[in-house]
Amino acid sequence: MSILAYNGGCVVAMRGKDCVAIATDHRFGVQAQTISTDFKKVFHIAPRMFLGLTGLQTDILTVRDRLMFRKNIYETKENREMAPKPFSAMLSSFLYEHRFGPYFIEPVVAGLDPKTMKPFICNMDLIGCPNEPDDFVVAGTCAEQLYGMCETLWRPDLEPDQLFEVISQSMVNAFDRDAMSGWGATVYIIEKDKITERSLKTRMD
Amino acid sequence: MTLDTAPDLPRAGFNFDNCRRNAALIQGGFKPPTMTKTGTTIVGIIYKDGVILGADTRATEGPIVSDKNCAKIHYLAKNIYCCGAGTAADTEMTTDLISSQLELHRLNTERQVPVVCANNILKQMLFRYQGHISAALVLGGVDKYGPHIYSIHPHGSSDKLPYATMGSGSLAAMTVFESRWKPNLSEEEGKKLVRDAIASGIFNDLGSGSNVDLCVIRKDSTEYLRNYELANKKGERQLDYRFKKGTTLHTTLKDLEITERVQVVPMEVS
Repeated sequence: MSILAYNGGCVVAMRGKDCVAIATDHRFGVQAQTISTDFKKVFHIAPRMFLGLTGLQTDILTVRDRLMFRKNIYETKENREMAPKPFSAMLSSFLYEHRFGPYFIEPVVAGLDPKTMKPFICNMDLIGCPNEPDDFVVAGTCAEQLYGMCETLWRPDLEPDQLFEVISQSMVNAFDRDAMSGWGATVYIIEKDKITERSLKTRMD
Repeated sequence: MTLDTAPDLPRAGFNFDNCRRNAALIQGGFKPPTMTKTGTTIVGIIYKDGVILGADTRATEGPIVSDKNCAKIHYLAKNIYCCGAGTAADTEMTTDLISSQLELHRLNTERQVPVVCANNILKQMLFRYQGHISAALVLGGVDKYGPHIYSIHPHGSSDKLPYATMGSGSLAAMTVFESRWKPNLSEEEGKKLVRDAIASGIFNDLGSGSNVDLCVIRKDSTEYLRNYELANKKGERQLDYRFKKGTTLHTTLKDLEITERVQVVPMEVS
């Protein structure tokens, strides 16, 4: 078994029309044993930016803390908010620093640029190879299922309401076929003037 | 830079803090995780007025296609570009690092950097890491000494060639060059030949796929033709799965407020 699948969990992010969505499941387990069902793998790190981390939980928390430290240093020095693009560049070089002893995580970044309000999504492998497509990004133990769901359900220029349905259905149906993920999900829709957080009703097995 | 209040600021270079833990985990029976690879067909040729580089656009993680349209031709300098195959993060970071060193070199010497220089810095770096940085590169550029193509292997050896291929599709691409390359090709013939070599990789090698990227470097101009040919268009969807609003059962937890930072400009005191 891969170390990335030790605790289970998944994250997906999608681009819509002037908005982005990011969703996470709630499971934290140790192999087959579920320990907690309210562990969210998505963190609110700037007014319009979220960071999702899947993989080994201990590394998720460590990497989150290290990144917040670097982000705070940047914001103190520059006296401005960190946009998603430079944040993912920072994340990428942070992960590549650990090229020969990596953190076992796969990150997803979703947000709107604070100046232009353009949607931004990005994911990386565990040593920080960035990937910025214009449709969706996935990570976690059910990444394969998520690829399939997103590839059929996603279409360009989704409005926030539609985007919510698409990302929720992709997420729920993907992790229903994965024993390591699930136990509830949270979806964040990020728009120019508001962020909506919704909790999904899902199977609890 | 060091701050007294923040002694933990990261140091430059690689960090080996996790190595012992990771080795212990792998010894404990966990499989090492997969990294994004670019299976890749990358090529470069010399033609009449310069060089043409070509690449496919597929990135894979094991058997999964993780990026359908990634860019494998990297910028090194105005007159030098570099195609990368192998571990995607390695090719990306290595070329970025060399690109910045070349720019500093150019500013120091106030001359256009020659292609041999890029080749030397790259191979010396790869040799220093003894093949642990798995980047297989095709380097191409034009300088005052003429057009050059180098192929650089992950362990730090390099060849200077009139036409080169690298990556898992290198054999498929090389068959095209071996049968059709000749000296003094015109630009049109050259582009066609490179396109055909990449297409042969895309259609015959599983590690390569999607589109064709080209980069034409002439004596005093460069043309980066991103997605020169869309070899594999996604089929047009006739109907779609549209969900009615309210399909997914949920509770809206809250509408988070967006708090923005207000910048205060200090008042001038006379």
